[in-house]
Amino acid sequence: MGRSPLSTEVLFHLGPVAITSAVVTTWAIMLLLVLGSWLATRRLRPHPDRLQAMLEVVVMGIADQIREITRKDGRPQLPLLGTLFIYLVTANVCGLLPGVNAPTATLETPAALALIVFASVHYYGVRAHGPLGYLAKFAKPKLIMLPLNILSEITRTFSMMVRLFGNVMSGEFVLALVVALAGLFLPIPLMVLEALVGVVQAYIFTVLAAVFIGAAIGDTEAA
Amino acid sequence: MELKLVSILAAAFAVSFGALGPALAEGRSVAAAMDAIARQPEASGTISRTLFVGLAMIETTAIYCLVIALLLLFANPYAG
Repeated sequence: MGRSPLSTEVLFHLGPVAITSAVVTTWAIMLLLVLGSWLATRRLRPHPDRLQAMLEVVVMGIADQIREITRKDGRPQLPLLGTLFIYLVTANVCGLLPGVNAPTATLETPAALALIVFASVHYYGVRAHGPLGYLAKFAKPKLIMLPLNILSEITRTFSMMVRLFGNVMSGEFVLALVVALAGLFLPIPLMVLEALVGVVQAYIFTVLAAVFIGAAIGDTEAA
Repeated sequence: MELKLVSILAAAFAVSFGALGPALAEGRSVAAAMDAIARQPEASGTISRTLFVGLAMIETTAIYCLVIALLLLFANPYAG
């Protein structure tokens, strides 16, 4: 039996902090995305060249989706949700590179992302309704719904984390099993499937975050 | 020794039976979404986005079963 999917591989220690391989991969992805974005947006022109047109399609597509989901101007949420989506696509697909494990295949990375979404939902909710108005939303249909509403805040954060972790980790697990059992070329269709699953999971995570934020900033009757 | 055997069996049962319900449910919801898109192709954007969110919710139950199986196999609290 190989390495447990619930454990993490510690590469080195930075003082008292253990640095795992997922953290190093995340740093590499961050560096890649920041440098890539900086290089790509250094000279923006009114008449876009090929790269700028592609970036505009991606950014405008995400902004349109956010506006349709939250039914409001999506621009305040665009930096958070757009970064989340692009990071998740990169993180889920980079597991297909040889020698790289997807950082979302360890439990800690999805947990951190779900906590970011959890915190930002309340941040946007308080900013839209004020502290008291936002807290009053938890007792909204009737006061008796208060414990259930609070419970659903916690369980939906937990299920976001477990969904992302389970999908990406099980994909990597199946790939490792097929490589061990069947050899060199048979895993290729499965790897294509894994790339698709990674993009779909990134989409679902971002859409769910947008739905939660939209429900927090939306009118009181929204679910 | 029996604990190991029972854990392995329980993990296999959890994944196999836990996959039944979500598979049927996802099949039904995709069929309904196909039907809706065939009737109203202009609403396909909204329908497929709602479909994806719904599929994610349904799939969560199967993923929970997978997590239970993983806990039994790799992080069993009773295995000493």
